[in-house]
Amino acid sequence: MKDIASWALNTATQRGASYADARIADDRHRALSTKNGKVGNAAVSESFGFGVRVIADGAWGFAASDDLSRAGVEATAARAVEIAKASARVKQNDVKLAPEKAVTAEWTSPYQIDPFTTSVEQNLELLLKIDSELRSVPGVTLAETNMNFRREEQWFVSSEGADIHQTKYTTGVGYAAYAFAGTEIQKRSYPNSYGGQWQNKGYELISDLALLENARRVGEEAVLLLKADKCPEGSFDIILDSSQLALQIHESVGHPIELDRVLGMEANFAGTSFLTLDKLRTLRYGSDLVNIVADARQEHGPGLGTFAFDDEGVPAQCTPIISNGLFTGYLSSRETAHTISANRSGGTLRAESCNRLPIIRMTNISILAGEKPLAREQLIASTDDGIYMETNRSWSIDDKRYNFQFGCEAGWEIKNGKRTRMLKNPSYSGLTVAFWNSMDAICSRDEWVLWGTPHCGKGQPQQVMGTGHGAAPARFRAVKVGSAYKGN
Amino acid sequence: MLSRDRAADIFERIRKHSTADEVEVLVYGGRSALTRFANNIIHQNVAEENYGVSVRTVFGGRTARATTNKFDADSLRRVVDTSESLAKVQHPDPDLLPMPGQSEDVRATQAVPSRHFEQTAKVTPELRAEGVKRIVSIATRHKLTAAGIFSASESVEGIFNSRGLSDWHTQTSAEVSVTMLADDSSGWQKANCPDVNQLDAGNLAEIAARKAVESAKPHEIPAGKYTVILEPAAVLDMVGFMFFDFGGLSILDQRSFLNNRVGKQIFGSNIEIWDDVAHPLQSGTPFDGEGVPRQRVHLVENGIVKRLVYARATAEKMKHSEHKDKVGPVASTGHGFPLPNELGEAPMNIVFGAPANPKTVDQMIASTERGVLVTRLWYIREVDPYEKILTGMTRDGTFYVENGKVQYGIRNFRFNESLLHMLSHVEAMGTPVRASGEESFDMVVPPMKITDFNFTEVTKF
Repeated sequence: MKDIASWALNTATQRGASYADARIADDRHRALSTKNGKVGNAAVSESFGFGVRVIADGAWGFAASDDLSRAGVEATAARAVEIAKASARVKQNDVKLAPEKAVTAEWTSPYQIDPFTTSVEQNLELLLKIDSELRSVPGVTLAETNMNFRREEQWFVSSEGADIHQTKYTTGVGYAAYAFAGTEIQKRSYPNSYGGQWQNKGYELISDLALLENARRVGEEAVLLLKADKCPEGSFDIILDSSQLALQIHESVGHPIELDRVLGMEANFAGTSFLTLDKLRTLRYGSDLVNIVADARQEHGPGLGTFAFDDEGVPAQCTPIISNGLFTGYLSSRETAHTISANRSGGTLRAESCNRLPIIRMTNISILAGEKPLAREQLIASTDDGIYMETNRSWSIDDKRYNFQFGCEAGWEIKNGKRTRMLKNPSYSGLTVAFWNSMDAICSRDEWVLWGTPHCGKGQPQQVMGTGHGAAPARFRAVKVGSAYKGN
Repeated sequence: MLSRDRAADIFERIRKHSTADEVEVLVYGGRSALTRFANNIIHQNVAEENYGVSVRTVFGGRTARATTNKFDADSLRRVVDTSESLAKVQHPDPDLLPMPGQSEDVRATQAVPSRHFEQTAKVTPELRAEGVKRIVSIATRHKLTAAGIFSASESVEGIFNSRGLSDWHTQTSAEVSVTMLADDSSGWQKANCPDVNQLDAGNLAEIAARKAVESAKPHEIPAGKYTVILEPAAVLDMVGFMFFDFGGLSILDQRSFLNNRVGKQIFGSNIEIWDDVAHPLQSGTPFDGEGVPRQRVHLVENGIVKRLVYARATAEKMKHSEHKDKVGPVASTGHGFPLPNELGEAPMNIVFGAPANPKTVDQMIASTERGVLVTRLWYIREVDPYEKILTGMTRDGTFYVENGKVQYGIRNFRFNESLLHMLSHVEAMGTPVRASGEESFDMVVPPMKITDFNFTEVTKF
């Protein structure tokens, strides 16, 4: 690795780069899935490559390759410089990076069981048992399960002297039952939709989730939804389960606080943000109960946004984003920190893999649990008339992250503090700031879960990134419900 | 670039090392470069060259896949060993067919035009910068801010198997996307083509700029049902959500909105849809994930879904299923994904039929008493899988039309619209063009004028 690093950095600086960094990465994946009693996917992949990022003539260039020969590395580094010099043809000011101390460091995400030491037979046996349990429920027409492991080992070196070696393990697992009848397809998922739960953990995540124990209930709920009443339309108090609130945070807090969006750097694809710079420390983003942080540190938990250093060598940090309702922080990088008068990056620059340029990404954007003890059932008991919604089914938000609409897999009516009839096709919509200001209760730490969102898309070429979101069930007053089906 | 000869040599080395009953190798990769601009400067500029080899082995009906991007002898031996050890612990798959050979009857004969253009392969960072400079100069002239991309790539894709199948495809691709931003409005255009010389970055920038200027100071009009004129990119991003339901396996799995609807009139009689990889405006690989040539399939005829697409195994399974008499002709069509997979197949080269009396967007506007002109849609997601209700937002150029004229820009709408409803209310269509969006793969689609499109909310910009 030392050789590859020095070939890349030496070539870049000799060709005129004023700054250069290189990321060399060794990735391994295992992806397994089943569908209706059969193995759907059984695949293992590995990749090894590197990417070189440079500043030359005051502009950025980046090149990546899987050719790790000396000639290949040097040609790629030279190409990065050539690209940077072309970038300089359309620039206004030279790129300047906020200072950062160059460190030598070593970090591995904590795990108890290396998932790659578990056998594929063992993995598939569990998935097929779950699959069988789901299909044992009459009316379930499709059962799907999945299990994924990833090990990412990366060496980061820079012309400033950084030398950082990090290894991260990720485990993801989940399943879904579908029921089709008449003119309707209903679905229930566990522990979350779109792939289940994902964390920077080893195989121990699998045993923590009581997967098999919940399968029959999940199958039964999918079938029950076919006969459930439709969710009414109107203004209601709603309680969101922690997984749905996690996605609400992702879309209506996590994305708008990305400073590159705010500065227009993502305008062509992911969009911009309603959170213009004048709103920092002036906007009342939410009610007094809303406290949200961007926390990449290990002590926050094994989220998909947990690391020791970001992909430009900045240490993991905790940034207060919303403090007692007040908007207090953005996600920043070494290039963008100065725009918010910060003297240091917030440490959020990450790349999907070594062949992609790192960009500002969410770390773990989490709402803090309520300080007073409050269980979900107590929250429901304190609600006179409302709707409890669980597990995301659809999500959409405008390109400034303001108008949103979410659909959930299942809802339940709340009457006089009791969860009553099941409701199908629940959905809610609103405007970001009004919505967060309507939050009047959040459950305490016992109900708080650090969810993983494994497939967040951003950038051109598009990059897929895992982000973490801790959340507990919370209540929002007078929310617009049901417009997803209005007029259809 | 990785050559076909080198790929064939890699396959031979893998085949010799493998002890499996059958072995299949996919080889893919290429060079790509993308210049990204925003705030009237180039702010990101990247290039990469990567290749991969993916090995599928079969032992007595058991199959699995392993992939690597390392091509040295040890790595190739290891990827074969990994694939084999993974395959051996699978349960036998009763639906798994022997790999296809080169001489099977399903081999197609349709000619696919060359999609490799030297001028695209040779695009330099300097040339991309010059293209961006031209776009930025147009932005500056209109007092706007430009953001977007200019990319070019050259790729290869090959498949080889132990039954003698050998297929190889090379192509190039170039893309320009431009967003023009004003204080309270924006405009957008995007185009993609295998031949970079067919892209006119300046023209795209001028159109995007005009949209940004003309939609300035947007009015807020109430949500409700409107006649809409969807430009091709907006049509593409909507209809792209239904084509995964046109695979035979989605019917067998009962997850398709076409369950019990094949053969029925579900769209207006003016809707004709093909999947046609050989269409001159299409791009992509002319064979599927098993190396079976893609057939031209007439999916929708006069608004009636007549045919589905099939991977080989799905076709065999369908022939013995309870659905076999209700889904039209059942045969492998060359639309399967690489095995093993859960999705089966999907049409990926969609071409809408040209209407008998095509209308331009301007003609559609001129014939509209009250309606909305939509440039682009955004963040579309499926709300209801069977009624195919989609939600999403308008973006980057939404206009109010009245008395046959564009009146002014309007604040963006959220829609909740069923594709069944939408494609049953197409009042007019234009000539289909190759369109690029963000939610779906590129297609050949027309602009459409649609009545009673369901806008449910309006946002604040």
